[in-house]
Amino acid sequence: MANNENPLKKVCIICAKGTIEDVYATLVMANGAVMEGIEAKVFFTFFGLDAITKKQMNKIKTATVGNPAMRAPGGLPFPTILGIIPGVEAGVSAMMKSSMEKLDIPPVDEFLEMITAGGGEIYACKLAMDMFKLEKEDLWDEVKAVLTVGDFYAMCGGEGTQIIFT
Amino acid sequence: MAQKTIAGQAVDVNDEGYLVDASQWSREIAAEMAKEEGIDLTDKHYEVLEFLRNATEKGETLTIRKVGKSGITDIKGLYALFPKGPLKLSSKFAGIPKPASCV
Repeated sequence: MANNENPLKKVCIICAKGTIEDVYATLVMANGAVMEGIEAKVFFTFFGLDAITKKQMNKIKTATVGNPAMRAPGGLPFPTILGIIPGVEAGVSAMMKSSMEKLDIPPVDEFLEMITAGGGEIYACKLAMDMFKLEKEDLWDEVKAVLTVGDFYAMCGGEGTQIIFT
Repeated sequence: MAQKTIAGQAVDVNDEGYLVDASQWSREIAAEMAKEEGIDLTDKHYEVLEFLRNATEKGETLTIRKVGKSGITDIKGLYALFPKGPLKLSSKFAGIPKPASCV
């Protein structure tokens, strides 16, 4: 099963969206990498910045509109029109988070702490920060640096490295 | 499955070196497995191994988060004890199956 000739040594993961599924895909992959002894560098940009913005990080939601895979419990259809009702998005997101908690998947801030505890590094995109008028102080304290795309690519060199765009 | 002699004791291991039967485990086996990975086991290491063995016996799914909340050590400490494999290596040394969880 394992390919011992060219083992993966480093992953550079880019998260550009701020929904639960996009952010958690990123966090699970980054944490999974450090748990396997693989170096992980995570770059948050555009709406993905919500995941590392103090005010937003634990309030991320999943889209109940424009999400055809969205179903009610039991697999029942979930008409998009229901998704526009105030409170539905929050309710659905709370349900998703509680199902994750049962599987021992932590809230965003704690998940990020787990990744950095293992040596993973968290970065923010300068361009997106300028666009959203965010300052370094608005970000989670352990964000290592605010980078340009060039800075990011400079970190992604080396044998056995992969760039992953969630 | 193969037979292997670890710390003078014949045990059954799978192709990744995990014990097939957790009851064949001993502290000496753990120490020798760890030495192969360049780790000298301390009392703290053994506390983690015992925790993992007890949790597995109860049928719990193991995660590093659970070990981090065990009161033995935090997650950073867990990485320090078992570098590059906080759950994978510790499970191996504890004589339990390779963890099947993603966190």
